Amino acid sequence: MKKVLIIYAHPTEHKSRVNKHLVGALSDVRNVTVNNLYERYPDFYIDVKYEQGLLLKHDVIIWHHPFYWYSAPSLLKEWFDLVLEHGFAYGREGNALEGKIALNCITTGGSESTYETGGLNRFRVSDFLLPFDQSANLCKMKYLEPFVIHGVHLLSDKEIMEYTTKYRTLIDSLAK
Amino acid sequence: MHLDEIFFKIMIYLLAAVISVPLAKKIGLGSVLGYLIAGIVIGPFALELVGSDGEGVMHIAEFGVVIMLFIVGLELHPSMLWRMKRLIFGLGGMQIGFTALIFALITAFFWLNTAQAITTGLVLALSSTAIVLQTLSEKGMLQTRGGRHSFSVLLMQDISVVPIFAIIALLASQIVTDTPIGDDEVVNGWQQLLIIVGAVGIIIVGGRYLAHYIFKLIAETGLRELFTATALLLVIGIAVFMDVVGLSPALGTFLAGVVLANSEYRYELEDNLEPFKGLLLGVFFISVGASINFDLLFENWQLIVVVLLIVVGVKLLVLFALGKLFKLEKSHNMLFTFSLAQAGEFGFVLITFASQNDIYDDYTAGILLIVVALSMLITPVLFIINEHIIQPRIHETKYTKVEVWEDNGHPVIIAGFGRFGQVLGRFLVANGIKVTIIDNNPHNVDYLKKFGYKVYYGDITRKDMLESAGAAKAKTLIVAMSERHQVDKLVELAQKHFSHLKLIVRAEDIAHELALQNKGVEAHRQSIFDSAIQLGVNALSSLGYSKYQSFRSALTFKHLDKRFMKNLQQRYSKDDPHFLMETRKFSEHLENILLMQQKHPYQEMDCAWDTDSLIEEARENEEVKPKK
Repeated sequence: MKKVLIIYAHPTEHKSRVNKHLVGALSDVRNVTVNNLYERYPDFYIDVKYEQGLLLKHDVIIWHHPFYWYSAPSLLKEWFDLVLEHGFAYGREGNALEGKIALNCITTGGSESTYETGGLNRFRVSDFLLPFDQSANLCKMKYLEPFVIHGVHLLSDKEIMEYTTKYRTLIDSLAK
Repeated sequence: MHLDEIFFKIMIYLLAAVISVPLAKKIGLGSVLGYLIAGIVIGPFALELVGSDGEGVMHIAEFGVVIMLFIVGLELHPSMLWRMKRLIFGLGGMQIGFTALIFALITAFFWLNTAQAITTGLVLALSSTAIVLQTLSEKGMLQTRGGRHSFSVLLMQDISVVPIFAIIALLASQIVTDTPIGDDEVVNGWQQLLIIVGAVGIIIVGGRYLAHYIFKLIAETGLRELFTATALLLVIGIAVFMDVVGLSPALGTFLAGVVLANSEYRYELEDNLEPFKGLLLGVFFISVGASINFDLLFENWQLIVVVLLIVVGVKLLVLFALGKLFKLEKSHNMLFTFSLAQAGEFGFVLITFASQNDIYDDYTAGILLIVVALSMLITPVLFIINEHIIQPRIHETKYTKVEVWEDNGHPVIIAGFGRFGQVLGRFLVANGIKVTIIDNNPHNVDYLKKFGYKVYYGDITRKDMLESAGAAKAKTLIVAMSERHQVDKLVELAQKHFSHLKLIVRAEDIAHELALQNKGVEAHRQSIFDSAIQLGVNALSSLGYSKYQSFRSALTFKHLDKRFMKNLQQRYSKDDPHFLMETRKFSEHLENILLMQQKHPYQEMDCAWDTDSLIEEARENEEVKPKK
């Protein structure tokens, strides 16, 4: 069974409904590690060695975060800047992440229909995620389609439960 | 006295102290009363373990007062002293003047002898520096307004001992015209003044310009005991020198202390002398207790009680009136009034001196000595009255009853609301957290109430107080007091009785932090740590570092320090019985800390932002490409 690392970035977790639930449901799954960045590094001082160690120990990396300004909350960007070092993650000798699976798990306020040509947000979610896609590629990882939950502001409790199950199913299938 | 006899005496004194002081503290009486009672118990009128040598011992032990004043001086900068001049000379002078005048009038009415009247007035005007300073600092009240006023008056009194000696000598010479001392005083008045000015000058110049080199020389030998010897030599030397020129040793050493307050060896001096001070003061108090002549006391107990009541009563009245005049708030005025209502240790010396000069007959001197001793003996009791009866009364209107407190059910209790606790409290309140604040400084309590804070007055290191503050329901206890032993006491209390409380503790220094960690307190911080680093950030910025670079450096430093602390913790294992001493020793030497710090390289952080390896690889790739 593969090991899954959820790199979770949410600056206002106490206000979150969906993400808290999604991640909370995974807390006692044995092959899943949840790495809550904002909880671990409240002062943005990322422990690079520790994070690299986590990456090495896992096979599936999920960047789990709300979609802020078509990208990730700032601490996750800091994580990319600092943890994916040259010589570790990329470059001639940077092969540490080779062959691992990577994807984003994202929640958006806007509905799916707005993320289309002619829609309010004009582009598809996967277009906005190109930097992640290419970063994974540079690190010789296999980048998969994102797991996206749209229109989170209006979700009912039942729908949240359904998404939680779906997320869990996805993770289980990735870990096989 | 034979050697074994001396050892026996020492053993008795120490044994009495070791048994009685912890007992007295346990009952909440303070160490001074403990020592006094120990003295009575071992004295000639109870167990008869020490005899008439009490006075000789007392003379040696008075040296404790001298060391104490030196240490007090070390903590006072000349500028601060200058700022306190109104209190020292104004308040102190008036206290001595008025009290002496009233006592002189009363005495004149009873004894009808001018010399006796003036002497008695002056003797009884003084208070006990030893008892009051010791008690105030033990209770952490020296820095309060009331405490500072008391200190100023005590200082003025110590300064006045010299002229009082001169006055008594002068009075004596009038009684017995051919007393040589008196003649000397009168004839050599001007010379005396010159000598005094010269002596003071020598201390100031020596302390300013010479002491530094001597201490440096001694410190470089690396022998700790030599430094201790030098420190003792300095104090004893000054005391002897002052004695020779006819000045008060206490005053001289105090002055030397003030001069050395800016010296870089200040803490070293303080550390070395502290144990001597404590021990000698203890012996001094014991000998006061032992010197009480109970035969005389029992024979004349009615007279003595009346005199004692008059003495303490008059002093209380004068002090209270002066406190009012100097606009002390009521609670501070009460502390001021009650702390200084006794006669002082210089009384013993002065009374003995006066009776040697035939101002007093043996009987009068004996009675006065008992009154002085008893008034000192009841001082701790006066403190207790003030704390437990007077102060709660003053705050009665605002003193919320226990039931109301428990209804509050605030999740956070802040113990200690000085400058430190205030910032912390403001931060929490700004975040909408409900806090119960407890402080032992009545002034803070009043003031903060005006701004709508829920502040209560009391000694939080007592279990019932903690209970009434709602410790059972609270989640977090923030220990923000400045006095280390109070902090430790409260931590212990909370861990014992309210183990569910999360403790957030203000630590004094690294050793304290380690000790707290050892006790299982997870959240603790040296109170100065973060502000020191913040100033460091400003310093980096002033050198042209970018704002973020400075900020980032501070973060790195803090995180390294956390690791460094962990390392220290492992190095001094919990099971080591000497843990506290070891860590203390370690952290006292800056050198150790710097060495440890070197093992955690500061420069290896933030590698990913370095582009060196990228550039290198790019260059190498460039070279591999076939050149056209």
